[in-house]
Amino acid sequence: MNTTFSAIGENRIVDANEFTPAIEPQPTWCAGCGDFGVLTALKKAVAEVGRSPEEVLLVTGVGCSSKISSYFECYGFHSLHGRALPIARAAKLANPDLLVIAAGGDGDGYGIGGNHFMHTARENHDMVYIVFNNEVFGLTKGQASPTSLKGHVSKEQPLGSAKDPIRPLSMGLAAGASYIARTAAVNLSQAKDILVEAIQHEGFAHIDFLTQCPTWNKDAKQYIPYIDVQKSEEYDFDPRNRVQAAQMMYETETALADGKILTGRYFIDDRPSYQQEKISRGSMPKDPLAYRYTDENYSWERSIDYVRKRHT
Amino acid sequence: MTNSDITWRIAGGSGDGIVSTSENFAKAVMRSGLNIFTHRHYPSRIRGGHTYAELRAGPGELKSRGDGYNFLLALGDSFGRNQKIDSAYYGNERIKPLTENLDELHKGGVIVYDTGIIDIEDVPDFSERADKNNWHVYPIDLRAMAKKEGRDIMRNTAGVGATAALLEMDLAPIEALMKAAMKGPIFEQNLSILRNTHSLVNDTFEFTHDIRFPTGAHTEPQALISGSHAIAYGALDEGCRFISGYPMTPWTAAFTIMCGILPDVGGISEQVEDEIAAAAMAIGASHAGVKAMSGSAGGGFSLMSEPLGLAEMVEEPIVLLEAQRAGPATGMPTKTEQADLNHVLYTSQGDSTRVVLAPGDPEEAYEQTRLAFQIAYGYNLPVIVIYDQKLGGELRNIPVSFFDRDPNPSMPGTISEADLPNAPHHPSGKYHRYRYDAPDGVSLRSIPGQKHGRFHASGNEHTQEGHISEDPINRVLQVDRRMGKLVAIRTYLDSQDISNNTKYGPISSPYGILTWGSNKGTVEEAIDRLNSSSETPIAKALSVSDICPFPTQEITSFLESVSKILVVEMNATGQFQGLVKRELGAYGDQLYGLLKYNGNPFEPAEIVAGFEEKILGEN
Repeated sequence: MNTTFSAIGENRIVDANEFTPAIEPQPTWCAGCGDFGVLTALKKAVAEVGRSPEEVLLVTGVGCSSKISSYFECYGFHSLHGRALPIARAAKLANPDLLVIAAGGDGDGYGIGGNHFMHTARENHDMVYIVFNNEVFGLTKGQASPTSLKGHVSKEQPLGSAKDPIRPLSMGLAAGASYIARTAAVNLSQAKDILVEAIQHEGFAHIDFLTQCPTWNKDAKQYIPYIDVQKSEEYDFDPRNRVQAAQMMYETETALADGKILTGRYFIDDRPSYQQEKISRGSMPKDPLAYRYTDENYSWERSIDYVRKRHT
Repeated sequence: MTNSDITWRIAGGSGDGIVSTSENFAKAVMRSGLNIFTHRHYPSRIRGGHTYAELRAGPGELKSRGDGYNFLLALGDSFGRNQKIDSAYYGNERIKPLTENLDELHKGGVIVYDTGIIDIEDVPDFSERADKNNWHVYPIDLRAMAKKEGRDIMRNTAGVGATAALLEMDLAPIEALMKAAMKGPIFEQNLSILRNTHSLVNDTFEFTHDIRFPTGAHTEPQALISGSHAIAYGALDEGCRFISGYPMTPWTAAFTIMCGILPDVGGISEQVEDEIAAAAMAIGASHAGVKAMSGSAGGGFSLMSEPLGLAEMVEEPIVLLEAQRAGPATGMPTKTEQADLNHVLYTSQGDSTRVVLAPGDPEEAYEQTRLAFQIAYGYNLPVIVIYDQKLGGELRNIPVSFFDRDPNPSMPGTISEADLPNAPHHPSGKYHRYRYDAPDGVSLRSIPGQKHGRFHASGNEHTQEGHISEDPINRVLQVDRRMGKLVAIRTYLDSQDISNNTKYGPISSPYGILTWGSNKGTVEEAIDRLNSSSETPIAKALSVSDICPFPTQEITSFLESVSKILVVEMNATGQFQGLVKRELGAYGDQLYGLLKYNGNPFEPAEIVAGFEEKILGEN
């Protein structure tokens, strides 16, 4: 245990209620919002893996769902629309001992932050990324989001959106995420299990979390009934087989447009995380860089040695 | 032998090895005891196109590139060494390294050109111009000399051999550097080419020119340093161990240097998808407790506008570099300009709390980059170091001992875990990361992983523990506290024994020159010339590095001490002059702008001429 960051690695029994902040215990989400389910599942999952509030960094973007950093007791960082991932992954590089979770909505992650999603997945940073996918923009009142179905009507799309929705699971796979799952806020038990797996997975774990929006997506669904593709006998595929995973994702994304809710683990890959790759190349220190600044015995390198070597 | 400066220009096409040759030659000349100032001119083009490097060398102090040049080594443009593609040339490109700016060659100057590539008949009125200017011309088939022992590309070595012969330079320092830079047969071939061409020139030509290599001696060991290196070394000595960026000329130079060093010192460098991610990553790394930086040229800095504002709001210490080039949009990627001043001051929404420093030379670049980290990690806000292609790329010699300083990894704006239990907290247990009553407005930050340090960072306006709040009383308290940090920083800078802003020239001068950033040395050289041409003092200068918070007292007292002021800057709209007027609300009728925005930095003679016209001309 590090004596200057002693919240890390306590390995104590953690109660899920520790993640309920006394300051804002009650979220301001609409009644019936799927975001409540994510919050509950996340509290249970982090407690189950035994990480305590002060060794967790939860970085969010901007939007209804990104407010989760206010409602989950830990080191929270409510950043900018679409920018949670680069902040989160750099924090993880600076201190890999932290449990780093990034979260935001589908507009945040697949739209404005899409480039960061692609590259963070590609690099396979060891972190969890929760995308609250409600297929609509909530905080700005109902506009079409990247996952909205074609024909979605809003004040901005009065004649219905002419765009096909993106395929988030397939996008995660193509980009390079090494753990990809879809769960639903109405399926708390599966959601918690998937979150635990995602936290324990060493690499970029992408969870597309279906969160119903009772206010702006009324025609859409409560995401009930849902089918767990691992439990259903109708589906038989190996999530460790990329080709089969891709096929299953395509089927799942297509089915959602038809109102059929498929969930579960879609892809699991054991390739080394970015941190492991960098450490093995010598381009990242083995001990967390953050600890060096509190190490009074560390002998800091000086530029004059480079000046003598290279410039004289 | 002579004591006069010499300005040697090597000109060729991109891909002809102009940069590496000139840098090695500069180092050899420095080792011989002379002072160095280099200037690079290159096109934003992969192969071919006119490029040159100038080396000004002399025994006395050199503060600028000087005016023009007196020795031209024209290699001709080999268009990336491919002689067979005649169609690849645009117009007269093959001879451009000889013809371009030829009239800036001083009277009595020397021309060496490669007859293997340049047909002198193609140069308009060459012999008439040479006669008129008393140029001394030495045509040599450098290409043949190179091919005899090695390959075409080694023409540059042949050119250096010819230069050494004509200037009566000792070959030993050049050979020593070649030996260090090259291996095996490549070294052997280059060595032969150097020596053979040296002998050929001595054997073939009767020297008619007066120019000879000056002699000088250094009192202590010197290092050849660019502004980009100085910035990187300043960051290193402040304990910066994280850099994230995206390549963009001319910031790439500093980024590359850091990427080369960081793995060596257990740091982390990250080339990422765009500049939004680059600045956001510096925020993330800093948030987790590491000293971090990012940067770009003006174009990439546009993308950083968003994370810059976030760093101000969550009070995250980061250092951002802004290496200016000619804009707008892609502009002229390899040409210098100072037109991003307004950009760095005003980009991003809301009332801003950032610090902007503009170093004037490599020494200042080192010291002010260190200061940037000290302010960022002392006051918990973003600090921008703005410089340009000129400062970033110019090489100068600095005593090695200048860098003999202690490292400083400290982060005074951060609370230790030991102090956290007794620090103010919200009753819920959240740490007051943003406390109203913090001295100087600096509320100490905690780091994830510290016990009793948890808080909420938010780009929204927030309470003392960081929760989102739109309460008007809280809003005013937090804005005032954040803005108060700038007042505290100004007070701190004003209390220092040595200002970041440099005064130069006789105090009693009736007129002044005000400038900022990389024009410092050129302005000082112009000041010397103006005063040496008169029995009584004429002009003094103030070169400003503290852009924000604005050094009101210092600039006011300078403006009060003179009747007219020339404001020298490299942009078309007088952005610094505008800032002075805006900040001071006075003196407008005393300020006369001297602007340059053609992509090339000022030469001292241009500033002298501008001063005579705009300041003295109206008397």
